[in-house]
Formats: sequence, C-alpha cells, structure tokens
Amino acid sequence: MTTQQVQAPFPGVFYRKPAPDEPVYIEEGQAVQAGDVIGLIEVMKQYVELKAEVSGTLESFSAENETVLEAGDIIASVEVSE
Amino acid sequence: MSIEIIKPGLASSIQDKGREGHYHLGIPPSGGMDQRSLIAANLLVGNPEGAAVIECALMGPELRFDTTRKVAACGAEMTPRVNGEAQPLNEVFEVPAGSTLGFDFVKAGARLYLAIEGGIDVPERLGSRSTYALGSLGGMQGRTLQAGDTLALFQAHGQAVSGRHLPPSLVPEFSRQYQLRVMPGLYAHRLRAESETRFYSEDWVVASEADRIGYRMKGGTPLSFIEREPPFGAGDDPSNIVDACYPIGSIQVPSGSEPIILHRDAVSGGGYAMIGTVISADMDTVGQIQPHQKVRFVQVTLEEALAARAHYQKVLKQLRQMP
Repeated sequence: MTTQQVQAPFPGVFYRKPAPDEPVYIEEGQAVQAGDVIGLIEVMKQYVELKAEVSGTLESFSAENETVLEAGDIIASVEVSE
Repeated sequence: MSIEIIKPGLASSIQDKGREGHYHLGIPPSGGMDQRSLIAANLLVGNPEGAAVIECALMGPELRFDTTRKVAACGAEMTPRVNGEAQPLNEVFEVPAGSTLGFDFVKAGARLYLAIEGGIDVPERLGSRSTYALGSLGGMQGRTLQAGDTLALFQAHGQAVSGRHLPPSLVPEFSRQYQLRVMPGLYAHRLRAESETRFYSEDWVVASEADRIGYRMKGGTPLSFIEREPPFGAGDDPSNIVDACYPIGSIQVPSGSEPIILHRDAVSGGGYAMIGTVISADMDTVGQIQPHQKVRFVQVTLEEALAARAHYQKVLKQLRQMP
C-alpha cells in the first residue's frame, strides 16, 4: 500500500465544508475517488475546490478546518487502492 | 505561433507596464503589480521592457507551446518545469515546440512574470495590453486566463540567449514580513494622534482577499477618527470624506477597522479618508506579499521617498544595462 499526500497548491485558508452549516466533504477513513472534492482553499476572493488525485481511502487530515496554509503544506493523506 | 492554456493557475493575466493617462476617467493603470520583475523578465529575453507577459499570482499556470521559444520567469519563486524538468528562475531557457511549461508551488513572493520571446499578441486597448478584469478591458478578452485559451505570440526576434541571467545583485529577496514606507496624508489629520502613532507601531497581516485592486490588512488595533459634523457630501462615518481622488498606493481605512492599500486595478476615487500613501518605490513589494504575511508601515518624509524613488530608478537602469 502506498500513501499519497495532498498538498496545498497555493497559500490560503483551508475549509473542510462547502458552507459553515453543511457537513464536511469527507470524513477520515472514508473511500475517495480521484477527482472527488475533499475541501476548499480560499484566497483572493476565490474558493478553489481541492480534489483527490488518486482513488483509495482518505486516511487522515493533517490540516484543521479554517486554518491558514502555505503552498505545499500537507493537507491530507490518501491510502492508494491497488 | 501560440501557447495554449492547459491549466490557468489561480489568477493569471496578461500584463504590460500599464495603461497610463486614463485614471481621471476612472480607468486605472493596471499592468504588472511588480513592475521591476516584469521589466527584468522582458529584458532578459530581449523584448522591449514593456512587452505583454503573463502575471501568475500564487500558483503558476500550465502551458503548451506549439512553437519553440525562449522564455524567462522573474518574481515569485516557483520553479518552472519543461515537461517536468526543473528550469532556473531569473534566467533564459528554451521551451521546445510541443512541450509543456508548468510551475512548482510558490516558495516565496506572490507573483511570477513569464516573458516569452517576442511577447504576447493581444490587441492594445487604450494603448496597453494589460488586463483590467474589473472593467473587462485589455488582455485576453478583458479577463484572467482560462483553460483552453490560446495566446498568439509575436514573431520571435531571435535575440534571446539561453543561460542569460540576472546578476545576483538584481535578484529581489522575498520575506514573510515586510516594511512598507508611507508618506502620511492627505487626510492623516482626520485620525486621532494616538491612532496614527499606533498604526505605524503594530504588525498588520495581509487579508486573504488581497488582490490587484487592493491589499486589505487586518490584525491591528482599529483606528479612531476625530468626530466631526460631516461636511456636505461626506458620509456619516468619521472615516468618510467628501469624495476625492485615490492615488495608487493610498491607504484608506473604512470605518477605521481594516486599512486597504490600493493597487494598480483600483477605483479612482471615493469617500474614504486616505491616511497615507505607500511610496511608489515600495509598490512592487506590495505585489509580492502573500496573504497572511506581515506588514509594518514606516513613516517617511518626502525627501526619503524621493531618495527611494531615485534608488528604484537606478535599479531599473542597471537592469537595462545588464550584460
């Protein structure tokens, strides 16, 4: 099994939910498909969807909801399915 | 002779040195926020210093070239990659026909300027190719770049030489904490004295909505304006004035809470008191500050501002004379 880390492509604020009163996009331990949205990053009045690049299981989030990230910071780890 | 946008990045736009002379009609100069890096990239590839380039904010685009071109990337530190192979910043390299140019995550700075030999061929609007997205003017159909766009290039002039690079003394250094020099005025007298002192003694953090229009700051103590009977035409809030012209670089503080530095896509006037103006020599620096980085404002005199401008002009002269 290999693990792929999802990194912040640019600096901004990370959100796990599409809106404050909605549930998170994905819980830790859930299955994820390549292309699934796992969070949002906000910067310069834009909300950009953060997508999984591989299919597998979303092992864990290393970034908390609403934290400020720098480009390249690790957001989540995905265990890649064979 | 074109390049195709595979991925646009975050807010990539075509910019040149700007559209001067129309601000009195409400049309701001636009143009590269970091003029020095834009000029450096053009000069490296042998273009006229004001040729149209791609300004890439916080995240680089992915481009496919249908023709072999020499390019140079200056400004924010995002390693360029041709078909995955790392290329130097601040140095001319070749992108062969059919290959893809992408960029790594930004390590420092906020905006990279990609100059392509010959320059980008979009129509001039009011004498400039710069994009003013808020006014849907210039650049690529008046907007930021999108996936699928094709950018036409002017004929290559054949004067670009791979390996030509900026002398180390002319490579800008980026930080996480910046000092911006400010000339107080035109409405600094509207601030309470203790607020003005505090404004220059606290760290401010760039808010995430900072863009080409303005850089909003937060994290400092709210400023307090002197109470007064609003003059005819001014709003009720103590931070309001009778509408006036906004210089590029001016700092307004709506309701005293969050200062905003206007940049090259700013509105030309309005009713907020400007408590000072970031000096022209530091406006390139503003364009290289990432959201969430820190800023300290430093008050300077007119003499100091003019000396800084002379130094800035000297740096541009050195760029024009580089080997």
